[in-house]
Amino acid sequence: MSHLSAETVSVAFAGLTALSAVDLQIQPGRISGLIGPNGAGKTTLVNVLTGFQSPTEGAVKLDGASLAGLKPHQVRRKGIARTFQGGRLFRDLAVVDNLEVTGVGLGMSRRAAVAEAEAMLEWMGIGVLGDRIAGTLPYTDERRVAIGRALMGRPSYILLDEPAAGMSGPEAAELSALIRRIAHDLGCGVLLIEHNVGLVLGLCEHVVVLDSGAIIEEGAPAAIRNSEKVRHAYMGTAADTEPPVEALEVAQ
Amino acid sequence: MLQILFDALSLGSLYALGALGIALIFGVMRLVNFAHGDVIAFSVFALLWPSTDALAIVFAGQLPWYLLIPFVLIVGALLSVLCEIVVYRRFRHASPATMMIASFALGFVIRYFLLMLFTSRPKSISLLPALGQPVEIFGARLPLLQLITIVATICILLALTLFLRRTRFGLEMRAAAENFSMARMLGVRANNVIMGAFAISGALAGAIALIFGSQTGTLDIQMGASVMLMAFIATVIGGLGSLPGAVLAGFLLGAASVVMQVFLPIDARPFRDAFVYGAVILVLLFSPQGLISARGTKERV
Repeated sequence: MSHLSAETVSVAFAGLTALSAVDLQIQPGRISGLIGPNGAGKTTLVNVLTGFQSPTEGAVKLDGASLAGLKPHQVRRKGIARTFQGGRLFRDLAVVDNLEVTGVGLGMSRRAAVAEAEAMLEWMGIGVLGDRIAGTLPYTDERRVAIGRALMGRPSYILLDEPAAGMSGPEAAELSALIRRIAHDLGCGVLLIEHNVGLVLGLCEHVVVLDSGAIIEEGAPAAIRNSEKVRHAYMGTAADTEPPVEALEVAQ
Repeated sequence: MLQILFDALSLGSLYALGALGIALIFGVMRLVNFAHGDVIAFSVFALLWPSTDALAIVFAGQLPWYLLIPFVLIVGALLSVLCEIVVYRRFRHASPATMMIASFALGFVIRYFLLMLFTSRPKSISLLPALGQPVEIFGARLPLLQLITIVATICILLALTLFLRRTRFGLEMRAAAENFSMARMLGVRANNVIMGAFAISGALAGAIALIFGSQTGTLDIQMGASVMLMAFIATVIGGLGSLPGAVLAGFLLGAASVVMQVFLPIDARPFRDAFVYGAVILVLLFSPQGLISARGTKERV
């Protein structure tokens, strides 16, 4: 079974531990969730999985082969795509150009890139936006275009970094439907990083909870919902100076 | 009246081409390239044999125009690309201020190299002499050169627009100009894009050198400096990094200079540039991001 995995990944910035011994696995066609309070290390983990940050210890493996030393665009060519918080489109370029330049960056010919860009926008139901300048799009459309850009070249895995931030309920529901289609119709392995816990629990088959750089809980949504540790991580004082696991043991 | 219009357009063309050369490079690597003016001078001095005489000893200048023009453009492009390979590439991760100082230094190196070969004496030269004849249009007598300057600039702008819009390389360059690190993450060929920007910028410098040299009939190793200053101001007013903004502001500055030259009271005319710069300050006071703000400068990954 093919998979993308982080194996005992640790990241330290100047002695400060951002991630400690994190294990995570994503499989094609499945939606996994990654939640945790602010500063838990969610985005750092995404950065490690996509080659933006090399782990201090541990490794990222695609089907068992290490991705160590690959640059972000090389990781992307191996079929691991991501979105960024806030979209980060080329705001002066047309929507279709945003997708097209990604295709070109992946090594497609320009003709093939245009064709795929248009097909992708059509598939997402935003074909009409193709000629709009990306910077003029409303927030939610900008997010959808960013996802479309990540889907160029049909990656095997897509990591969505807070795609629903700032969305209203109905907008988030629409996003959920899209994420389901990405996993089921395109067979893409999705890792959903979100603050919106409700969205993640409603959508994911497997959820990982990160706090202060360590996994404190993982499992099916129902188990996460009832987890004492998770509740503590979210409700406990954010300024805890001690690692949460120890704090929990003290509390018990 | 028509005369004023054409004066404004031809001076504006010069500034617009200069501004474009600066904006292209600023766009892809946040470098304010102060060596650009010296590339202008170098590309046309390459036509001459080294000498200290006031009358230029022409070397490649005797070429027919269809060889002379490409020669100057290619010299400009090559020098510019050489600057990037030898100097700027090593400053890829330096701060914009460091790169700017490096470009100052590089500009001096090029200028003193020319000084060494040609001395500081201006040289008279007749480049493309056929263009000196006047032509009559709608009752106004205009030098053919002015007309050709304007037409050539429009052609260059159209060609560049088509190149940026319709080619794969242009697409990559537009993306890189807006957000270089993001483009790089997406697999855009960074070095190629930067070298392409330098080559185009250098060729634009060559075009300016040709126009300027034929207009004034003299070559001076400082000749790039005056155009360069106005061109730099045009890129700032146009919103650093925005190509349409740079072109628009170049033409505006040309128009402002010519209009002030004509309509200022005689006594004030020697201070024309002070008035132009005053207008520039006003524009920047009301619109600090320039007329067309390039978003890439505000938001970076």
